Amino acid sequence: MSKSKHYPAYFLIGTLLLYVVLYLLPGLIGIGYSFTDWSAFSDKVNFLGYDHMFDNYIKAFSDVKYFGYLGNTLLFTFVTTIVKNVLGLALAVLLTRQVKLLNFHRAVMYIPAVLSALIVGMIFKSILHPADGLLNSTLKIFGIKGVKWLTDPKIAFWSVMGVDIWKGMGYIMTIFIAGIMSISPTYYEAAEIDGAGGWQKFRAITLPMLAPTMTVTTVLNVIYGLRVFDMVYALTNGGPGYVTEVLYTGIYKEFGYGKYAMGTTLSSIMFVFMAIIGYFLIRAMNRNEVEE
Amino acid sequence: MATKKLFNKIGVNIIAWVLSIILITPLVLIVINSLKTSQAAAEMSLRLPQAIQWDNFKTVIERGKLGVTFLNSLTYSAFSVILCTLTSAMAAFVLSRNRTKWNKLVYFVIVLGMAMPINFIALMKVMQFLDIINTRVGIILLYAAIQTPFNVFLIYSFVGKIPREIDEAAIIDGCSPLQLFFSIIIPLIKPVLVTVMVLTFLNTWNEYILPLYFLGSSDKWPMTLAVYNFFGMYFRDWNLVCADIVLTSLPVVIVYLLGQKYIVSGMTAGAVKG
Repeated sequence: MSKSKHYPAYFLIGTLLLYVVLYLLPGLIGIGYSFTDWSAFSDKVNFLGYDHMFDNYIKAFSDVKYFGYLGNTLLFTFVTTIVKNVLGLALAVLLTRQVKLLNFHRAVMYIPAVLSALIVGMIFKSILHPADGLLNSTLKIFGIKGVKWLTDPKIAFWSVMGVDIWKGMGYIMTIFIAGIMSISPTYYEAAEIDGAGGWQKFRAITLPMLAPTMTVTTVLNVIYGLRVFDMVYALTNGGPGYVTEVLYTGIYKEFGYGKYAMGTTLSSIMFVFMAIIGYFLIRAMNRNEVEE
Repeated sequence: MATKKLFNKIGVNIIAWVLSIILITPLVLIVINSLKTSQAAAEMSLRLPQAIQWDNFKTVIERGKLGVTFLNSLTYSAFSVILCTLTSAMAAFVLSRNRTKWNKLVYFVIVLGMAMPINFIALMKVMQFLDIINTRVGIILLYAAIQTPFNVFLIYSFVGKIPREIDEAAIIDGCSPLQLFFSIIIPLIKPVLVTVMVLTFLNTWNEYILPLYFLGSSDKWPMTLAVYNFFGMYFRDWNLVCADIVLTSLPVVIVYLLGQKYIVSGMTAGAVKG
């Protein structure tokens, strides 16, 4: 039986057209454009010349502004990945125990994840408002003086990360819950017979058995963090100054200024970086499938 | 020992409630303030409204042009769901069943898209070339494209669990590839298709970067972008902003509550074996 006859290649046409033309192709021609002076101010796009072809890249890594975008993106990714993993795991452990109204709690903690980041950003713009936001008014009741969460350069980026963690940890929790539920209860029963306490069971059974799950949550968090746009755009739009600017918001600004070549250069840096990360994602996910 | 266990049990429940309340408070805040007058909502507190202002919703529907933007969001979501689910399912079916060297490479490249960033600026060039920039068709195609990698990934692994003997029996009975796919395979992979449809719907509804880049005219904006614009114009009237947020989020929350089972199974796919 000829497989190609029964599973014909024309089934792929729709997907390939969409994916190649609108996803892959822009990534690739974007790399080409990163060696040019493409901008909104001229109809012509000129190659920078062999002597200067990497100028945009040199600028991306040497200009304090652009370098700051890269640094912020990495800091954001690093912090949110760790905190979401830790809190997500803690919530998952809590919500796989004998808690009443378990499904209610799980549903509530997941809801922030289904809302649009833009809307979450707007909600927290109100809550974090320095004068009459809910957070500072609550702190006031306890006699604590509030701070300018989103406009103080020293604090703003941490506030953005905090809101992002609030929104994202329910998602990570859900994955961990599925992971914990797939651990056979016989391990815990055996440990109980040996007299293991809660913490010992967590360290000796839950944590090691969750290693594959944790690989995936980490990769998901890293991919999300590196591509973050919504939350920053809605909360601070990169400000004050550039202190909360990440790569994707920076690229959007370059687009707005008409500096297309620089925008596409920053995109291309991400493209290469993420291709490497994507390779590990697929490996991590495929390993789970093989073990099935 | 028994008392310690009881304490533990109560403690765990208390912690769960405290956390749930912390997570839900911001949303409660929005709902409460959407029912207040403008003056009462100015301080954005959790105090309950003195008199419920249902009119706020009427006002935002009129001033925020929610009718048009709702239809826009619905159009984009519905068509991208149909288009992306159909193309992804067809592709995933063939890629999963016929694992030639070439098809394996295609699958790998598609799935790599789950991590790859989109180069929006170069994409603008492609859209201009295809003459679909600032069009509804263009934005629907984009939504379908960006969700292709994850959807192919989900359906691919599901198809792998369907026994191949079913195909063979159908082929012997004289099914053409299209008949096999539409009348035999689709009913069998329905659960994953529902997951894909729910997730694609939610993602399209919530997304706003693509319209930000590629839809210049406000009459084509989806609800999310319109609510943000409304926020910019009416930032003094938090009651209206809150009412707008409530109305924009309502479809998402309804779909989430109805499709919770499917969302969770989709979002945890690949992360957990089995």
